[in-house]
Amino acid sequence: MKLIKQLIAVASMAIATSALAAAPANEAPDALVKRISADVIETAKNDKEIQAGNQKRVMDLVESKILPYVDFQRMTSLAAGRFWREATPEQQKQLSAEFRTLLIFTYSGALSQIKNETVEFKPLRADPADAEVEVRSQVNVARGEPVTLNYRLAKTPHGWKIFDINVLGAWLVETYKGTFATEIGKSGIDGLIKALAERNKKLANKPLKPAK
Amino acid sequence: MTAITLVRSATLVVLAAALGGCATGGQKDPYEKFNRKMFEFNDAVDRNALKPAATVYKQVLPSFVQTGVNNFFGNLADMWSTANNLMQGKGEAGMSDFTRVMMNSTFGLAGLIDVASEAGLKKHNEDFGQTLGYWGVKSGPYLMLPLLGPSTMRDTVALPLDIYADPWGYGVNANVQVAGTILRVVDQRAVILDASNLMEEAALDRYEFIRDGFLQSRQNKVFDGETSRKEAIKAAKADAADAAEPTAASIKAAYADDEAAPAVPAADPAADPSKPPVPAKTAAKAPVLSSEPASK
Repeated sequence: MKLIKQLIAVASMAIATSALAAAPANEAPDALVKRISADVIETAKNDKEIQAGNQKRVMDLVESKILPYVDFQRMTSLAAGRFWREATPEQQKQLSAEFRTLLIFTYSGALSQIKNETVEFKPLRADPADAEVEVRSQVNVARGEPVTLNYRLAKTPHGWKIFDINVLGAWLVETYKGTFATEIGKSGIDGLIKALAERNKKLANKPLKPAK
Repeated sequence: MTAITLVRSATLVVLAAALGGCATGGQKDPYEKFNRKMFEFNDAVDRNALKPAATVYKQVLPSFVQTGVNNFFGNLADMWSTANNLMQGKGEAGMSDFTRVMMNSTFGLAGLIDVASEAGLKKHNEDFGQTLGYWGVKSGPYLMLPLLGPSTMRDTVALPLDIYADPWGYGVNANVQVAGTILRVVDQRAVILDASNLMEEAALDRYEFIRDGFLQSRQNKVFDGETSRKEAIKAAKADAADAAEPTAASIKAAYADDEAAPAVPAADPAADPSKPPVPAKTAAKAPVLSSEPASK
């Protein structure tokens, strides 16, 4: 009897801890995006170093708060389209890595310009069973039209991951697709990797502009 | 009206003549050669005149003045936007834009203060190119217009009407009109200053990046963020009833050659982490998705 009691105790402990560990994975996609964006904006607004354009600080913020929720491999494979299948695993790895770096630089530039913007989320249009959803939001800026900012997320074993972003009505993957195809057509997948690497090197040497 | 209309219609004529001569490039951009030249020209103008002017404008003028300028011209644009909303049968948006003009022109001191936005009336920004698109006119090839920037064949055809219907210039003398137009253009440029700086960094080939971004963004505006007119109407209705449809199907349709997409009936994706990635063979299924009437 005692053994059974112990077994039940251990089992329920196990269930409890696994439920705890799985909590982030079960987070709804819109709740996830809301949480990340609130967290990032809050940090960026309150960090003087980031506002002053300290590149390392911004990159740290992106690395720690955003990257864990982005599926760069998927994003890159979509942007490369049919060429992705022709690439060797090594090329795929390099391409994802360079594309990732480029996007981090771009995103970091955007982050250091955050001032008084507020983000407004629209109701999520998805069935609970959907494995891919679109989270729609808009950034209200001081002047001019609000900026559309939508995210597409896919359910993975490690929780929801962002694999495409829409800014002002244009999807990131679709926008890079043409450039990728042209570059690959000109000088192959290695050529594209090289072009991305060169661009990244240039960006790395250039300091972020401080927000005015 | 006259001075600017003249310049603009002259450019259109030149443009039409120039386009007659060159038809190369891909499907969506048959005039790429011409467009790239225009892009270089516009870029030179931007680098040497417009961008420096916009930068100074943004740094020197107090923020409330910039907001006032933006609101003033925005209010004028809302009048034509009202008409376009109504032409597209979007009664509610049309009424909202009409009320915006009424409120902002009076309480908002001739449009300088955007009181309507404070009151929760959103701006819609419809033009005749969008109206034509909503009516079913295809965008046609991409066109880079001199000074005016990225456009499409459809929007270029619609442009004269947009210019004609623009209230700015009626009842003021030519000098004021030109000065006002310059102010308006500089202000518009200042608004997108940060975004354009960012774009320069993100793009491998800026021409292509801007083209592919613009065409999507424009299409998105025509259908108000949806993929087709039917979807736009459905979404507007559903928004009112608070029961919009899931977007999963349109997400699937957006990536024709996606291999990693989860299986259609997503039974329990969390349950099969051990399953290897979808093999390349299943990519043969992809054409099913793209066989839907493409919006391009």
